[in-house]
Amino acid sequence: MVTNTALKTEVNDETLRQQLESAVVRFAGDSGDGMQVTGGQFTLSAALAGNNLATFPDFPAEIRAPVGTTFGVSSFQINFGSRVIKTSGDEFDLLVAMNPAALFVELKGLKAGGVIILDTGSFSERNLRKAGYQNNPLEDGSLSGYRVIGLDISQLTLDAVKDFGLTNKEALRCKNFWTLGYVFWMFANKRKETVEWLRKKFAKRPEIAEANIAALNAGHALGETSETADGFQGFTIPQTEQAEPGLYRTVMGSEAIAWGLATGARLAGLKLTFCSYPITPASSVLHTLSNMAEYNVTTFQAEDEIAAACAAIGASYAGTLGVTSSSGPGIALKGEAIGLAIGIEIPLIILNTQRAGPSTGLPTKTEQSDLYQAVYGRNADSPLVVLAARSPANCFDVAIEAVRLATKYMTPVMILSDGYIGNAAEPWLIPDIDSIKPFPVSFRTDPENFHPFVRDEATLARAWAIPGTPELMHRIGGIEKSYDSGHISYDPENHQKMTDVRAAKINGIAKDIPPQTVEVGPERGPVAVVGWGSTYGPINRAVTNLLDMGKTVSHIHLNNIWPLPTNLGALLSQFDKILVPEMNKGQLLTVLRSEFLAPAVGINKVTGQPFKIRELEQAILAEMEA
Amino acid sequence: MNVVTPPAKLTAKDFATDQEVRWCPGCGDYAILKGVQKTLADIGAVPEKTVFISGIGCAARFPYYMATYGFHTIHGRAPSFATGVKLANPELDVWVVSGDGDALSIGGNHLIHLLRRNVNLQFLLFNNEIYGLTKGQYSPTSRAGTRSPSTPLGSVDNPLSATLLALAAGARFVARAVDSQQKHLPGVLTRAHQHIGTSFVEIFQNCIVYNDGVFADFTAKDKIAGSQIAVEHGKPLVFGADGKMGLHVKPGAFEIDVVEIGVNGITENDILVHDETNKVLATLLAGMQGPAFPVAIGVLYCDPAASYEQGVEAVKERAPSHNNGDLNSLLRSGHTWQVD
Ligand SMILES: Cc1ncc(C[n+]2csc(CCOP(=O)(O)OP(=O)(O)O)c2C)c(N)n1
Ligand code: SF4
Ligand SMILES: [Mg+2]
Repeated sequence: MVTNTALKTEVNDETLRQQLESAVVRFAGDSGDGMQVTGGQFTLSAALAGNNLATFPDFPAEIRAPVGTTFGVSSFQINFGSRVIKTSGDEFDLLVAMNPAALFVELKGLKAGGVIILDTGSFSERNLRKAGYQNNPLEDGSLSGYRVIGLDISQLTLDAVKDFGLTNKEALRCKNFWTLGYVFWMFANKRKETVEWLRKKFAKRPEIAEANIAALNAGHALGETSETADGFQGFTIPQTEQAEPGLYRTVMGSEAIAWGLATGARLAGLKLTFCSYPITPASSVLHTLSNMAEYNVTTFQAEDEIAAACAAIGASYAGTLGVTSSSGPGIALKGEAIGLAIGIEIPLIILNTQRAGPSTGLPTKTEQSDLYQAVYGRNADSPLVVLAARSPANCFDVAIEAVRLATKYMTPVMILSDGYIGNAAEPWLIPDIDSIKPFPVSFRTDPENFHPFVRDEATLARAWAIPGTPELMHRIGGIEKSYDSGHISYDPENHQKMTDVRAAKINGIAKDIPPQTVEVGPERGPVAVVGWGSTYGPINRAVTNLLDMGKTVSHIHLNNIWPLPTNLGALLSQFDKILVPEMNKGQLLTVLRSEFLAPAVGINKVTGQPFKIRELEQAILAEMEA
Repeated sequence: MNVVTPPAKLTAKDFATDQEVRWCPGCGDYAILKGVQKTLADIGAVPEKTVFISGIGCAARFPYYMATYGFHTIHGRAPSFATGVKLANPELDVWVVSGDGDALSIGGNHLIHLLRRNVNLQFLLFNNEIYGLTKGQYSPTSRAGTRSPSTPLGSVDNPLSATLLALAAGARFVARAVDSQQKHLPGVLTRAHQHIGTSFVEIFQNCIVYNDGVFADFTAKDKIAGSQIAVEHGKPLVFGADGKMGLHVKPGAFEIDVVEIGVNGITENDILVHDETNKVLATLLAGMQGPAFPVAIGVLYCDPAASYEQGVEAVKERAPSHNNGDLNSLLRSGHTWQVD
């Protein structure tokens, strides 16, 4: 174990750093310790250093859980490196534990021989007991399989900020930046951006900004000058090589969705009306869009999810793009209104940031168990379009595609994201919006032969005539409409015809979406691993690893959940075995079996945590050998 | 040279559609339809700018019979659709039509929030104290003891007062009218239309099939004079065949009572004068019930304030512009790095 007593006067030799291709770091502490901010700042500096990365914020549902308890532990994981990073990583190389509870909860995820940085100042008798330790792990030898760097971070922080006139409580709040400084040293990251960020964030309280900067610098300085028993001199990670040239940034899924919706609306020539009711983990999209008034975005926080869905439909009816968003429980409430949007054939986008359920379930944990709800979850024959985002950056493209399909086909489109995608961040080659082909909407203005349900022969979309248009006054509603006049009709044959045409319209969209391709591996073979949504990263890495091991296996990933690509059935029939990993009990699995009578087998996990690469490799191998 | 022909003045008939009206013969909804069509003609409404939005129920069939834009939505949620319409296009003239079940039972929450937000539209509640469309079950406004298919031995729950609810929810315009009183109804609707913000109008409507005569004790021709008081801003609150009955503040109490001019030394000066900007008075008027009190109709309360749309627009104007609306700049704001 290393302590902060062994200090040298000269700075360590930079060339002695150990080179890594990539590293997984997990920052863990109490909810009040600022681990999410710390992780966010580390992400930024890793990105600016040219690393590829993926992050995984993992925090409790309680806003302020009792201090020092295991259920109050808030963590942030980042996987970064010079190779293409596809997941937030399996086991961590470095665990930062700000208190005993964090160590207790997170130790099992640390690699054998991994590094632990911990705040010895927090390992009091009381905190050990709160965390559930019988003995002090710093003394009982239970950490002997790891490289432990024990530092009295609490005291070191107090020393570093003593000149800033802060209260003891305020001073201790700087602990996370002291730690970040030390971790920055460990990976040779730059501090400049974080210093700027702190000055901006605390512009109104410069003494807080400067104290945190002093703590950051002190942590870094300690790293530079401390002497470790085993001569450990930190790591170095070379710059990413594979990256396509261009301008990059990091983006979180919730931001990418918000920006994609605004961009889609711009490409359609419409204003955006976003109506929502707060729910974890969907609210961040509402927050992002609430700051986007200058981009023709209006946001409306309704009194409940039903009102939000109805207001969005009203907004589309009046000629803007109505969007509503929630998580599973809220989507359930919107069901009846979505049925009306299907019945009156109006553009509507419904965003579901899925979380673990049923009911309240695990609000802050991820799952992809709302696929049935999206595809089948309404009364009557009520088809709509379902798209799934595979990663944070992909949310941008999916949102634009949702707007294109909703407006072109006069239909609701549901986007499935999840808690993991919404909160996670990854580097993004920033697209040029001017290079995306616009798809302007043209409202009906011609009274000649008009009725509200006249259809475009090719797309089967009905005319979109908005209130305010002279001579096109008409009445629509949920009662069945006559195919030929749009008036109320109780005629049995007409209902058959209208039900058929609604289904045919959605099925026809399959011709307007990209054919299904294979991500990696051969186009035919013994095994296809078929996924959707946020399992993209772990599946892709696992399959790539197996290919590297000489196994024959392919990865197919679906963006279009409904309608399915026209070639999917034929593609799947080229494989002897079809494996479907999902963070649910087998929902895409059911769809594939029922649509294609495909002999698919599920690999299922519902722990609220994303799949680990190793887990998938083992499951796939086991199935291959079965 | 282009000759602009001024639009011909539309009549009530011009607001009727060719759709067969499907209410039961003798239903009070016909009278309200007539009153609304007349009002639209009176106020010079522009059909293409006018939108009728409804939920579900007999009353909610209303939009099909209006030659304007119309949207028949889902049960109870018309206020939410209407709010979305007004957010998207505040220029549209929106009328919401609802029933007592639609507005106060399944949609009670939305009504409260519509009123407190003060979205600029007219909200007409056709109160027949019954669920008409679903064949006569009691509703949230049915009096305790109402016998219906679902309460064969009489209902147990207490009824809700629509107007008191509206006042409590923060409505800035609250009025009442009666389906059959065609001289009075268009005047109230015109006032509702003039008012900026949510104008809430409760219309007592007779369901001839399932609740016939439920309001007869104050709407029957021979009962009107003695059991109704038609309130008007700035005028004394008097009623009765000869206008001798009046409302007056009970001395020493926080109450109003009914008095007769010329009896017990009561003079005209003792009678309360209606002040429609006084919410306390409006609340007292809304709470009056027969037989001890006359039922108040007309504009009980009108005290305008900024509408929701005006507030939303004002906030948008205040919102900082970082990139002049340029999305490419937005995506490139914050930390970026170049890979060559
Ligand atoms: C979600 C839903 N629940 C129930 C119904 C059935 N329903 C239709 S109208 C109605 C009550 C209508 O009563 P009211 O609003 O007073 O209107 P009225 O028919 O009396 O004019 C009910 C319960 C429905 N259409 N939708
Ligand atoms: S049931 Fe009653 S409210 Fe409905 S149409 Fe018939 S009379 Fe009118
Ligand atoms: Mg009713």
